[in-house]
Amino acid sequence: MSGLTRAEVAHVAKLARLRLSDEELDLFTVQLARILDHAADMQSLDLTGVVATAHPYDLINVVREDVVRPSLDRDAVLAAAPDAEDGCFAVPRIMGEES
Amino acid sequence: MNATTMAERVRRGEIAATALAEESLRAIRARNEELNVFLHVDEDGALATAARVDDAVARGEDPGRLAGVPIALKDNLCQVGIPTTCSSRILEGWRPPYSATVVERLLDAGAVPMGKTNLDEFAMGSSTETSAFGPTRNPLDPSRVPGGSSGGSAAAVAAAMTPLALGSDTGGSIRQPAALCGIVGVKPTYGLVSRYGLIAFASSLDQIGPFATDVADAALLLEVIAGHDPMDSTSLPEPAPSLVAHLGDGVAGRRIGLVRELLDGADEAIVASVRRAASVLEAAGATVVELSIPELHLGLSAYYLIAPAEASSNLARYDGVRYGLRINDEDVTAMNEATRTAGFGAEVKRRIMLGTYALSAGYYDAYYGQALKVRTQMRDAFRRAYRDVDMLLGATTPSVAFTFGSKTNDPMAMYLSDVFTIPTNLAGEAALSVPFGRGEADLPTGVQLLGPGRSEARLLAAAKVLEDAERG
Repeated sequence: MSGLTRAEVAHVAKLARLRLSDEELDLFTVQLARILDHAADMQSLDLTGVVATAHPYDLINVVREDVVRPSLDRDAVLAAAPDAEDGCFAVPRIMGEES
Repeated sequence: MNATTMAERVRRGEIAATALAEESLRAIRARNEELNVFLHVDEDGALATAARVDDAVARGEDPGRLAGVPIALKDNLCQVGIPTTCSSRILEGWRPPYSATVVERLLDAGAVPMGKTNLDEFAMGSSTETSAFGPTRNPLDPSRVPGGSSGGSAAAVAAAMTPLALGSDTGGSIRQPAALCGIVGVKPTYGLVSRYGLIAFASSLDQIGPFATDVADAALLLEVIAGHDPMDSTSLPEPAPSLVAHLGDGVAGRRIGLVRELLDGADEAIVASVRRAASVLEAAGATVVELSIPELHLGLSAYYLIAPAEASSNLARYDGVRYGLRINDEDVTAMNEATRTAGFGAEVKRRIMLGTYALSAGYYDAYYGQALKVRTQMRDAFRRAYRDVDMLLGATTPSVAFTFGSKTNDPMAMYLSDVFTIPTNLAGEAALSVPFGRGEADLPTGVQLLGPGRSEARLLAAAKVLEDAERG
């Protein structure tokens, strides 16, 4: 058993910037534990010395000539934003009130 | 009339692209309310694109290899100015400022995009039941799911709304709905088709691919969209392979491995379809050997840590700042939380949670790290198999199309419907599903052909042998 606790699920929700109701916390604790239990078949394998594969191919750096190219139009991009001001994305305050 | 024939006739001026677009619009209008296939139908855009194709023909110009062919796009593919939602409230109303490379290539080839099709939210699901805009119904039996996540695209083709569609396959999301809707679906080699403009779910697994009513159309569409794209740094550095020219290659002299693990737990009728497919391939000159790849059993576990881990990172961008939904709150962190909580559905939240947990301090090595090592084992196991055989054969799905609600209360049961398709994505290789035989309730069953990277021509030629045998 993964031993996943409700408190851990609440902590993960905070990391993921999600607010879960009490019912969702209960449900996710049970469901995530079941999925992690299914993954237990991997836990028992001895994979010492096996290299991890993060990607199907051995990626190499892809570079291009350092020349100016057109990019997306700023106004078109900002038009899709929930809020924009002076050519920038606008967000609610980040810091505390100015003293 | 298949897409290949449509394009030939449009290029010869025998039928008008606008007539094909109007016919497609009529078919969409006739059943879209019942089936919920299209989330957005771009009627004006489609008719304008078709008119441009007809103008080109009238001027004596070549309008392209898919001239006038109506096509449906999964709604996680960007087309400039056309609403793109990923079937999520968090992107509702967003219109992308650019088009995916595959969309540009379709337009260059004269194809006519008709609109955007329903999917499981952010492609997370196997039935379209996680869509924020309601599920799609299977055109063959509306009491059943079309499969997923590309269920809308598969249904569009199965309902003859469009002869072609594009989907994306992260763990089976093209092959599984193709099997459940009785059509052809291809998951190309990772990197063969540019992912630029495909909204990311799990970047190391996602791949765009074709749906079609027959193998020849699937080959033609894949040829049009494949090939290097500098806008995708994981794009293979080579031009599109030649597929249509090899459709008649057959399987004489091929060695094909019938994989026991790709039959384990499948319905009896599906096992029977696969075994009958093996006989047909043998009769066509192939040698079929039964073999075992025990590592495949670990695919589901590895996938359900790797894909959510990548998703938790990719979906961090939906924070209410640059596009899509924003729910205001007292400060920026509270705004992020309020937006994500309101915008994402339960399955997306579940996977973000799972991925965040698997990547968090103290659990990284035990879960994500271990899954990446299993991924290596999976890739090595396939490579060993392909030293002895040219391709592998198995079932696409354990069952035929299932009924609504039968798996929604148990995430693990839903995940198991992708058990045969997931290993290919982990290995970054090629596979396809071709309709072959019938199962429960006389619904179609899919046979899966799997091959190493860049083996699409070989797989399509084998699929053609099965299709020809089935159609007589």
